[in-house]
Order: sequence, then C-alpha cells, then structure tokens
Amino acid sequence: MPSEYFLAHIWLIPLFPLAGAALMLLIGRRLPNSGVNAICVGSVFLAMVYAFGGVVQLIARPVAQRVVEVVLFDWVPAGAMHTTAGRLVNFNAQWGMLLDPLSAVMLCVVTGVGFLIHVYSTGYMGHEGGYYRFFGYLNLFMFSMLTLVLGNNLLLLFVGWEGVGLCSYLLIGFYFLRKSASDAGKKAFIVNRIGDAGFILGLFLLMGTLGTLRFTEIGPALQAGGFAVGDGVMTAIALLLCVGATGKSAQIPLYVWLPDAMEGPTPVSALIHAATMVTAGVYMVTRMNAVFQLAPVALGVVATIGAATALFAATMGLVQNDIKRVLAYSTVSQLGYMFLALGSGAFTAGIFHLMTHAFFKALLFLGSGSVIHAMSGEQDMRKMGALWGKIPTTAKTFVVAAVAISGIPPLAGFFSKDAILGAAFETRPVLWGIGFVTAGLTAFYMFRLVNMTFFGESRVPHDVEHHIHESPSSMTVPLVILAGLSVVGGWIGWPESLGGSDRFAHFLEPVIAQHAATASAAAETSGHGTEYALMLASVLIATLGIWLASRLYLQRPELPERIAERWSGLYRLLYNKYYVDQIYDAMFVNRTKDLASALGAFDRNIVDGLGVNGAGWLTRATSLVSMWWDSWIVDGLVNLAARIVWVFSWPVRVLQSGRVSNYALWIVLGTLLIVWHYLGAAGITFHNLVP
Amino acid sequence: MVPIGHYLFLSAALLGIGIVGVVTRRNVIIILMSVELILNAVNINLVAFSRLVGSVEGQVFAIFIITDAAAEAAVGLGIIIAFFRNRETVLADEMDILKW
Repeated sequence: MPSEYFLAHIWLIPLFPLAGAALMLLIGRRLPNSGVNAICVGSVFLAMVYAFGGVVQLIARPVAQRVVEVVLFDWVPAGAMHTTAGRLVNFNAQWGMLLDPLSAVMLCVVTGVGFLIHVYSTGYMGHEGGYYRFFGYLNLFMFSMLTLVLGNNLLLLFVGWEGVGLCSYLLIGFYFLRKSASDAGKKAFIVNRIGDAGFILGLFLLMGTLGTLRFTEIGPALQAGGFAVGDGVMTAIALLLCVGATGKSAQIPLYVWLPDAMEGPTPVSALIHAATMVTAGVYMVTRMNAVFQLAPVALGVVATIGAATALFAATMGLVQNDIKRVLAYSTVSQLGYMFLALGSGAFTAGIFHLMTHAFFKALLFLGSGSVIHAMSGEQDMRKMGALWGKIPTTAKTFVVAAVAISGIPPLAGFFSKDAILGAAFETRPVLWGIGFVTAGLTAFYMFRLVNMTFFGESRVPHDVEHHIHESPSSMTVPLVILAGLSVVGGWIGWPESLGGSDRFAHFLEPVIAQHAATASAAAETSGHGTEYALMLASVLIATLGIWLASRLYLQRPELPERIAERWSGLYRLLYNKYYVDQIYDAMFVNRTKDLASALGAFDRNIVDGLGVNGAGWLTRATSLVSMWWDSWIVDGLVNLAARIVWVFSWPVRVLQSGRVSNYALWIVLGTLLIVWHYLGAAGITFHNLVP
Repeated sequence: MVPIGHYLFLSAALLGIGIVGVVTRRNVIIILMSVELILNAVNINLVAFSRLVGSVEGQVFAIFIITDAAAEAAVGLGIIIAFFRNRETVLADEMDILKW
C-alpha cells in the first residue's frame, strides 16, 4: 500500500454509505435484519477506516502541507463571469474533497460517533418495523454529512447541508403514522428552509463578490480584493450565512424545530440532533472564518445570538419532564456556547466544544434511549427514579456524560467550555456573564435529570417495573466507548495554563485566517491568573448547580413543587417554553395561513369565478346562439331536403315492404303482365287459346 | 301419341299451383318446394315441345334446369338454416330484413 493511500482515496469516504443507502432502497426490503446490519454498519465502518486512515496520514505530514484536495470532476463549470468589482473570473465549482485539520476533526467525529450510533441502532431498532428503511436513511444521512464536511467549496457543502436536512426530515418523521412525528418533521424542514434562504443569498453574494466558492481560494481572493475589516459586503455575507447557521444549528430565532425533533427514534436524536447535523452551522461559520473575521458586526451578532440561546434554552430545560426534551434544550444551549465561541473569534474553541459535545451529548441521548428501552417506551421522568441498580451500565455511563457536560475537570466538557468562556471574557465580558450563569444552569438541569431518573424514590408503575432490564451489549458497548471519550476527549486540548500544550488549537490554527486585527490574538496577552480565576469560578458554579439539584431532587423532593407554586408565573412561562411556539404561530404561521386563505379566496372568486367561470359563461352564451343557428337554419335546410325526397319517394317506398312474399307476389304479377303483353302482341287471347 | 295440349295443360296446372304456393304460403320451406314445382312445369313444357318439334335442345335445357334446381335447393336450404339460426323463424312474413 502506498504511503499516502488513504489521502488519495478520501473521495471514497462518502461513497460507502451512499452505496449502503442505494442498496437499502433497491433490495433492502428483501434482506433479513442481519443483512441490513452487514451492509449499513459495514459501510459506515469502511468509511470510518478510510477517514481515520486519512486523518492519521494527514497528521503525519508537516504542518504546512496539511491540506489535501482530491477533485473528482468539474461539477458546475459556469464559465466566465464578472465579479461585482469588475474582475473577469472563470467560475467553476468542483466535486472535490478537501481534507485539512478542520475537516479532519469533523470527519473523525462524524464517522466515529456515527459508527457507534449505527451499532447502537442495531440493538435499539431491532424490534421495530421498517428496519431497512431506518438504516437506509441513516446511511443517506452519513453520505450527506460527509459530503458537507469534505466538500471543497461552499456549493458542495450546501448540497450536503440540504441532504442532511432531508434525512433529518425523513428520520424525525420515521414513525410517520403518528401525527406529532410527521408534524415535527415538517416543522424542522420548514424552519430550516428559512435559514437556508439566508445561506443561499450569502452564497450568491460571496460568489458575486469573490468569483469563487472554493475554500482554498477564498483566502487569497479576499487578500487580492483588499477587503478591509468592517467591509459592508463582507458584513452582509457573514450575516446572511449566520442566518443559515441559526437555522441548521437551532439558534434563536430558529431553534424551535429541535425540541420537536425528539419525535424521531432516539439514535436519530443522538446522531443528527446532537452530535453531527446541528453542528453543521458551527462548522460552516468556522470554515468561512476568513469572511467572518472581516465583519466584526457579524461576529458580535453571532456571539450575542449564541449567548442568548445558551441561557434561553437552559432555562427552558430546567422544568421539562420529558427526558429527551431536557436533552434537546441542553443541545440548543450547548450549540449556543459554540456560537458564543465563534462570535468571540475563538473558532478553535468552538470546534473543540463541538467535538467534546458530540461525545457526551451522543452518550446522553443513547443513554436516555437505553433508559426508554428499559422503561418500555416511557419518557416521562416523573415516572422513573431509582434505576441506578437496575440498569448499571447505562446509569454509570450517563453520569459520566452528565459530569462531562457540567464542566467538572478533568472530563471533556471542562476544557472546551473553559476555552469558550475564556475567549468570551476577553472580548465581551457581559456575554461571559451569561455563559457563566448558563454553566450553572447546565449542571443543575443535568443533575436534576440524573437524580430524577437514577436516584431517589422509585416512581415506576408496577406493570413496567418488572420489565426493566439492561440493554443488550450492542447498545451498552457504544455507551462505554463514548463514556471513555467523554472522559479523555478533552485532554487533546489541555490548556497551556494547566501544563498542557493546547495541541488541539495549534492543530486547527492553519485553517483560521490570520488577519491583522483580530481578537483571537488577544488571548495570548492576558496572564494565567485570569484564566485560573475563570476556571475556578466555572467549576464552582457547576458544583453549586449539582449540589442544588441533589438538594432539591434527592434530599427535599417536596421542595421543587413548592417552588413551582410559589413562582407559578415564572414556572408556567418556562414550562410553556416562553410561549415562543404560540407567538410564532400567532405572528408567522397563522399569518401565513391567513395569506393562503386570502389567496385561496382570490383564486376561488376572482380567478376561478371571474376568469374561468366568466369565460365559461361567455362561451355558453355564444354557443346558445350558434346552437339556435345550427338547429334551425343549418339542420333545417338539411331536413327540408330530406323531407322533399321523403315526399316524392312515397310510391317507391310502399313497394319496399321488406317481406319476401310481397316481393314474390310482385314478381308473379310482373311476369303475368309481361306474358299478357307478349301474348297480346302475338294476337293470342284467352278466347282463342281455350276452345 | 298424347297431344301437346295435355302436356301444356299439366304444365300450366303445375305452374299455377307453384305460383299460388309461393305467394300464399308462409313457411319458406314450402315456398322453396313451390319454386321446384314451377321449375318442373317449365321442364315439362320444354320436353313436350322438344318432342313435338323433333329437336333435342329442349331436353338439354331441361337437364340444365334440373341441375339448377338441385343447386338452388342446396343454396336455398343453406340460407334458410343460416336465417333460422339468427332469427329462430322460417316464416316468410317475419323475414322483413331486406328493408333496412
């Protein structure tokens, strides 16, 4: 095998799952479950092998050469065009794969976590109908996500972007006979379209401005264009792309679809709505960091959206009773953290948190799936409790993930969250304050969930209780592996201040554009003292959150209810998710429906009524005249001719009786006539014939 | 030798019976039989005159007519059977489909 075999074959990575999906579409129905497993899990396994092989060989290269581009073919050779600056360029979007440190990280996360979730799904979905359909969709999702991650230009990224959106829709609505599930799928799809409209506009504007969408050419094109920091066009592009990112990554104001997306099967929630797809927005913004760094306003918007979403979603997560909904709001909140990092110019920290979050949030979702599996489908935490001893593997791994997301060192969440909070403190202390409070809320709601599910008094109904069982090993082994990653995953980004070397950030640095005046450089200037203080503060507030959760839900289980009664207004506001869905319904959904009804009325009354029916009436009126003319004049003349013939034909007509004997009689009479005539002519009469 | 008048009388009688049969009877088979009577009346006429004149041509004609009568009977009966299969009748006054 040549030394860089995997680097030369990165284009194969998305094709493995695509082949799996195609096979499921064609012959999946006829395959037994084991055949589906072999094809679909096998294809993702192959993708993972090729991905990890490629990444290992990429890391083996010197830092300056860590960019590999494999172009398969020219995909959109649009030809010559003028940029808005008047430069003549040859626009060409290729179907090419780009492997650099950023896509390498994403590739490892997507294939690694994706493979574990595929394995888990073989256990979780084993008794469900539509097994092949589920795995076909999952493989199609893997193809789209890998295209998104590996695409070497923004247009190809957008193909993957839409592909994952489609798969998300299909998988949320997997139980399509349940109306809430198909509604949730539609909601996710439609909300994402709003974001995508922004993405497309930004994409066109970028294409028109730079004349290229290829990631390796955007940086040089920006340099050549001489765009200054704060440039208006760049700000517009960045803001439009930001709209796209808020849709896909479930940020304010487009986050509403993600909690509803929990209608899908739990492995889907883990793969798509926690670990991979929803982070596509973060990946895209990081990928376009050269543009964003030229637009400080857009960065400010991103950071503000991120911080606001983090806090907003965390408060909603405090009072939810559905185990998956708590995790959904937690996901929205953690994505807010990532946006906060991006907006603070700490792109590497955002990606770092993306990776660690993928580990522990996938683990949390898979763990909750295992709990739901054990509870025979029950998702309400008020009917759980004291499950610790009954499903030990699930419980232990779940607690590991909860500690990791709470930010307790030395687990993964601590390092990434701290990198974000540190960057936010440098740039916008107010947003750091919000993130800081959110960290406490995160710890609180996670341990509220853990305590209500695994500890305390059992509130499990009796008929469910004796069914409780630990999940099969196909489900618990991925849990254990993810738990291990949740512990050690953060160590590759061990910060310098704690004796590490920030290897993760340095690995990603070549991807981050180095503009003259960017905020990220500022991180170097501050002393370690501030960092220590920040770390201590965030660990303290996380501990406080955990303590409070155990105090409220273990030692004084009657307290939460009393608090809810005491602050019933606030409780109801949170419980009803700030009535955002209702507000959106009132402001947008119902107004759209009104517009549709108005247009429908216009169609019915004006277009159909006046236009179509009017034309019909007019045609009928003129045709009445024509009909009169036809039946009286045209037909009248014809009938008159026929009547004349009929009258004159009367003597002939009566002869034609149609009866054979009548004709015979006529023949006889005719013959007699002829005979009589000839006899008469010969002078023979009856008298001289008979003597 | 039988005078020619007797032959002619017999022939005319047969012709008359035949014509009456053709015109008045309803059953097509009887009509067909009546037609045979008419043909045989002609035959008698031809043979009688052939004998009287001493020429053999009349007898040749008679043989032609006998052949023709046989063919006519075959075709006629075929038509009647085909008609019966379609309309389930052999009555001439119900055979009114010559006029459309």
